[in-house]
Amino acid sequence: MIELLGWVPFLPFLGFLILAIAGERLSRRLIPWIGAGSVGISALLTALIGAQFLKGAMPPYRLALGSWMAVDNLSVPFGFYLDPLSMTMLFVVTGVGFLIHVYSAEFMESDPGYARFFAYMNLFVSAMLVLVLADNLVLLYLGWEGVGLGSYLLIGFWYEDPNNGYAARKAFVMTRAGDTSMAIGLFLLFTQLHTFDIQSVMTQATNLWTPGTVLPVAAAALLLGGAVGKSAQLPLQSWLPDAMAGPTPVSALIHAATMVTAGVYLIARTHALFMLAPSVQFAVAVIGAVTLLMAGCSALAQTDIKRILAYSTISQIGYMFLALGVGAWSAAIFHLLTHAFFKALLFLAAGAVILCFHHEHNIFRMGGLRKSMPLAFLSFMIGSAALSGLPFTSGYYSKHEILLAAFEVSPVLWTAGCLGALITGIYSFRLVFVAFFGPQHAQVEKSPGWRMSAPLLLLCILALAGAMLEIPLASVFSALAADENLHELNTVSAITVAAPFIGVLIAGLFYLTGAFSTQRLESLVWIRQIQRFFFSGWGMDAFYNILLVRPFKTIARLNKNDAVDSIYSATAFLSLMFHRLFSSLQTGQVRWYASSMVLGTIVIIAIGWLS
Amino acid sequence: MNGIPLELGLVLSAVLFVLGLIGVMVRRNLIMILMSLEVMLNATGLAFIVAGSRWGQADGQIMFLLILTLAAAEVGVGLGLALQIFHRFQTLDADSVNEMQG
Repeated sequence: MIELLGWVPFLPFLGFLILAIAGERLSRRLIPWIGAGSVGISALLTALIGAQFLKGAMPPYRLALGSWMAVDNLSVPFGFYLDPLSMTMLFVVTGVGFLIHVYSAEFMESDPGYARFFAYMNLFVSAMLVLVLADNLVLLYLGWEGVGLGSYLLIGFWYEDPNNGYAARKAFVMTRAGDTSMAIGLFLLFTQLHTFDIQSVMTQATNLWTPGTVLPVAAAALLLGGAVGKSAQLPLQSWLPDAMAGPTPVSALIHAATMVTAGVYLIARTHALFMLAPSVQFAVAVIGAVTLLMAGCSALAQTDIKRILAYSTISQIGYMFLALGVGAWSAAIFHLLTHAFFKALLFLAAGAVILCFHHEHNIFRMGGLRKSMPLAFLSFMIGSAALSGLPFTSGYYSKHEILLAAFEVSPVLWTAGCLGALITGIYSFRLVFVAFFGPQHAQVEKSPGWRMSAPLLLLCILALAGAMLEIPLASVFSALAADENLHELNTVSAITVAAPFIGVLIAGLFYLTGAFSTQRLESLVWIRQIQRFFFSGWGMDAFYNILLVRPFKTIARLNKNDAVDSIYSATAFLSLMFHRLFSSLQTGQVRWYASSMVLGTIVIIAIGWLS
Repeated sequence: MNGIPLELGLVLSAVLFVLGLIGVMVRRNLIMILMSLEVMLNATGLAFIVAGSRWGQADGQIMFLLILTLAAAEVGVGLGLALQIFHRFQTLDADSVNEMQG
């Protein structure tokens, strides 16, 4: 069964090809079968491979499919590498991806670009699978750029609105900034270690380099740049909230469950390198902690349901970075897994609310959806509970593990994490209380059908019980197994558990019981200013606007006539001039021609005479 | 045939040639242009004959025969063209049959 590994990324690619070539000519009943079916079979294959793989002794499995390029001493094979880490990612990508595809079959049903949507989604899933399965860094980079392309296409899916196109370009350009850094990192690794194979890079790096020297620090920092861009961490995080311009299933699949966690996967995959660069690893933790606080605060001030979730995604990936930074590798991957479940659940439920509610995004215009949309309410309750890390949900176990591991390294990081958990509790239940409780402001148009309900129910179960999926990652991160044996820290543990509860309580006091009024708070000027600051995502957009966008536009305006191009336009201009000159000589006057010939002859004779 | 010096014959042919050339350049009637061309051809023929007689060689007269044939062919083609032009444009003015737009 495991030999069929190559089909797992290939099937969605096949689906993409069929949908891209046949496109809207296919019957609309067939399109979701191809789109969701290809991912479904992949998911089934993954489940079978996983069952076989996890049952055995789990030696890493390599599948060589052929050579991609081989020049001199550089050879890049098409090879897949399966170990518990990529197995986990496979489960997430195909499993959650399949549920989201089924959901999209109904969500996008009335869209004219139905086939195009599924083609892009399949392309994305295929690229993501290549990314997680790749056994060498170049193939990983191929998948990495492939998901970037898929993300760009899907954010700008409704391209008629120029704002969506702008959001897509923003996401593409900002992640590209990170990707460039990552590419340089890959070149550095290759020039130093003469191989692209991830496992040999890691072993060679461990053998050749002493920890903390320039080379591993530079390589790790450059790879971190790529991870930061893709995973929307500080300072490249501001593209993700705008990426919500895409259809909601896209936000669920790409900008919550899979693609944005690629950075976490990359760091976990190359963790040996990061262990050689303790300063960079600490920077990962600090980036994670700062990002999770900043994004949490921003989520507090948002009113758009999808933007709240987007900021919460940034914040949760911040937790994963924090875990990576403190060396709790498997906790990070564990949180990635549970986060994929509950964030996909939240986004899909938000999509159901938006679809059934006149395409309304503002939570303050919803209200009282508890009774009219019971399934969405249930999904949101479970999703938010898991997001805030309330006990007995999947999010609790993963987040708890991260926070305790953070305390081992630095109480400051732990404090930041706990504060973040508190904020998470506030904003996630603020959303629930505002949108689902209180008086209802408008009527619900329709209720979701089975293709939307079934994925929601399944994800509800996964978000609750996902923590029971024990992925034996110890074999991947064996070097660190000892570090993760956590001591009993009763007070710390208690505070960690209590933090989200306090957050929920605060949200309840403000938005449910009305014991505190937000209007009273907003009447204070400085609170309003802070709120506006948070709403704008800590002014990152304005910052980049001044730092990059405006200078670029100025240069573009100055160079409107393109200095380099003037050489070529001068050539064209001269040709045109000569053309005019010579064609004006062609008068069609026979006598004029004869006279010219006479004149020419006289000149030639004169030259011969005089010389 | 020694009476006429070579220079005089050559000057005559040159004068004839230039007259023909001026005719080609100045005249607007196609028939007149063709006639001027004939004059130019005959001027060259005269030059050949004068030169041939000066050195007592037959080559000059052979050359003249060749030019004569050439002139006959040229007149045949030229008059045919003139006829067609007259059919199409109802005129023989070389300037007004210009159809080029360049």
